Amino acid sequence: MSRRSALGRVRGLGSAREGVGHWWAQRLTAMALVPLTGWFAVSAATLAGADHATVAAWIGSPVVAGLLILLVLATMYHAYLGLQVVIEDYVHHEGWKLALLLFVQAFSILLVLTALLSILTVLF
Amino acid sequence: MLSILHRLTGVALGAGAMLLVYWLAAVAGGPETFDTAQALFGSVPGRLLLFGWTFAFFFHFCNGIRHLFWDAGFGFALPTVYGSGWVVVVASVALTLASWMLGYAMRGGWA
Repeated sequence: MSRRSALGRVRGLGSAREGVGHWWAQRLTAMALVPLTGWFAVSAATLAGADHATVAAWIGSPVVAGLLILLVLATMYHAYLGLQVVIEDYVHHEGWKLALLLFVQAFSILLVLTALLSILTVLF
Repeated sequence: MLSILHRLTGVALGAGAMLLVYWLAAVAGGPETFDTAQALFGSVPGRLLLFGWTFAFFFHFCNGIRHLFWDAGFGFALPTVYGSGWVVVVASVALTLASWMLGYAMRGGWA
């Protein structure tokens, strides 16, 4: 007869091992991304064909820079959470799953850093 | 069909996000790097890629909103599921075409 509690027996099941916080974070970033990406899509379309000076001036305005920073953060987090689910669903080898997740995490952080540094470079 | 497309477009958008970061870095790098990036994106394969990415974006966007409605508890009746699915597909195509027409209009033509 196992001495584990009922809770101990059910925790950590499934391919991801845990998930409600993940589920909510995904929905939260999704909701934030609806207006953010909508704004970006319209802006990008209106900026089509613009030269460097125009684009740099656009990014260099504080409001746009702030929105872009939010867009980058929300997008990368949302993308990471989504990729995490895809990897957990389709990669069954525990070692490879861990390696891929770590790689995606590291790469996401690298991308966020690059994007933020770029925006800040243009801003200042 | 639509749910796996949601996943596929999501992964594709993730890959495209790398190009967005490249573009931002190109702006930060100055006019030369920017012009190089614009030339890459403006080439025929570049535009095809962007067009596909635009569709992936609008599909994921519309279907994502559909998902958020489900999360809130609405729209589970099967006829509604099919109906909203069609709305998503039509809206995605329409928004893709509209945004590209806007882009070309801003550039003053089909050049």
